[in-house]
Amino acid sequence: MKAKQEIMGLNGDEAVALAAKQCNVDVVAAYPITPQTIIVEKFSEYVANGEVQTEYVCTESEHSAMTACLAAAVTGARTFTASASAGLALMHEMLFVTSGFRAPVVMAVANRALSAPLNIHGDQSDSMAERDSGWVQIYVENAQEAYDTIIQAFKIAEDIDVSLPVIVGLDGFTISHTLENVSVLADGDVKTFVGERQLPMVVTHEGKTVPFKLDPANPMTMGPNALQNYYFEFKRQQEEGMRNALKKIQQVNKEYATLSGRSYGNGLIDAYKLEDAEVAVMVVGSTAGTLKVIADQLRREGIKAGVLRLRTFRPLPVEAIRDALKDVKIIAVMDKSMSFGGFGGAVFSEVRSVLYEREQRPVIVNYIFGLGGRDTSPNDLRKVFEELLRIKKTGQAETQVQYLGLRE
Amino acid sequence: MSKEKTWKEISIAGVCSKSSIGFMTGDWKTYMPILSPEKCTTCLTCVMFCPEGAIKWQPQAGKIEFDFGFCKGCGICANECPTKAITMKLPAKEEKT
Repeated sequence: MKAKQEIMGLNGDEAVALAAKQCNVDVVAAYPITPQTIIVEKFSEYVANGEVQTEYVCTESEHSAMTACLAAAVTGARTFTASASAGLALMHEMLFVTSGFRAPVVMAVANRALSAPLNIHGDQSDSMAERDSGWVQIYVENAQEAYDTIIQAFKIAEDIDVSLPVIVGLDGFTISHTLENVSVLADGDVKTFVGERQLPMVVTHEGKTVPFKLDPANPMTMGPNALQNYYFEFKRQQEEGMRNALKKIQQVNKEYATLSGRSYGNGLIDAYKLEDAEVAVMVVGSTAGTLKVIADQLRREGIKAGVLRLRTFRPLPVEAIRDALKDVKIIAVMDKSMSFGGFGGAVFSEVRSVLYEREQRPVIVNYIFGLGGRDTSPNDLRKVFEELLRIKKTGQAETQVQYLGLRE
Repeated sequence: MSKEKTWKEISIAGVCSKSSIGFMTGDWKTYMPILSPEKCTTCLTCVMFCPEGAIKWQPQAGKIEFDFGFCKGCGICANECPTKAITMKLPAKEEKT
């Protein structure tokens, strides 16, 4: 049964703040940075107005913000923060500590370019650089999905078989600052959907089996030395949490659809007209919206075009990507970040590797685009499809990695 | 030593399965403190300064005692001793704890 909803005019940041408020978070520790600022401003307003019972911690840096979030989360508190760009980079050390502590912190990242030169605009360099930090990474397409995904993120992070922190990535300005119609659930429905936080059980040094939290009644030591003898085993456990997240994300996507009527592909990938597609473009984030429009245009012209939006980047949905692209022969992967000196962008090199096992290997090319907020017009995206059609005719790509929208 | 456990058998997040009391952390020192009892006035300055709590006052014996299981050989005690009753020495191989 679909729950009653109200349509509100919200930008992506406001949608995120509202979702976090409805999830009844216990602790928010944050530091403002463009284009994330509206999230923490709005949330501190809720706190000041007494609309939430959240403990709001103003920290002097993002490193401290993440440290405070980690500490709060291991006491059993539901914890939320938000950052971007240089702020996320300053958290870098603590991101690994947080995932290693299996602390289910949820963080919105309003994706922004990294300095230098200084740039406040949208690209995905910041969170892509945190690829291996052990955080689940889900990227959204618009403000509505930002709202929905924050609610889902708590359920995913706090699942006892997952117990991992989650980044929800929303493109800076394109989503964070753009006003949209957002369907909003009632507070009570969100509260019931997210539920109370569950805690995994652990065995302490006293041999007691107790919930995993800092509690004077059941003292335990978390995350101290594990050297050559045990460190590796703890890292393997985190990988298992990621594998469990693959299932959980899909399950939460389904449950949320029952509640709200909205779902995003299978939660991991969002495939658009791929069943019979001859050419397909794959992307992460808001650009997928424009790509779908272009695909429709091309289909009206008789060209079988499709789009694959990678919603969950970590854990990488290997099987889902293989399955979605199984019949597509020519594929472009678009990366909104640079892996300097690498073989194309992070998404490209991983997707190419995923498709390597296929018997009939596809032609797969990479476009680096939109760095520092460079506008990517519908015409630019049409050019990508046109290039794929040219490859279809000639049977081969001249280069694997190209730049879209760069003056050359 | 008992057989080490697999990743499936241990608690998450590095939660300690045993107490650290038996974990000797003083086994990698280079220098070790040597007391000259004739110079020691038992002022206990060294006891207060030792960052590891590895110097103990033994009232029955009327002297201080080093706990080499935890002493890291930092030399703070020797530096602080007002009567220079502690000297830092390279231990002979068999003395090294």
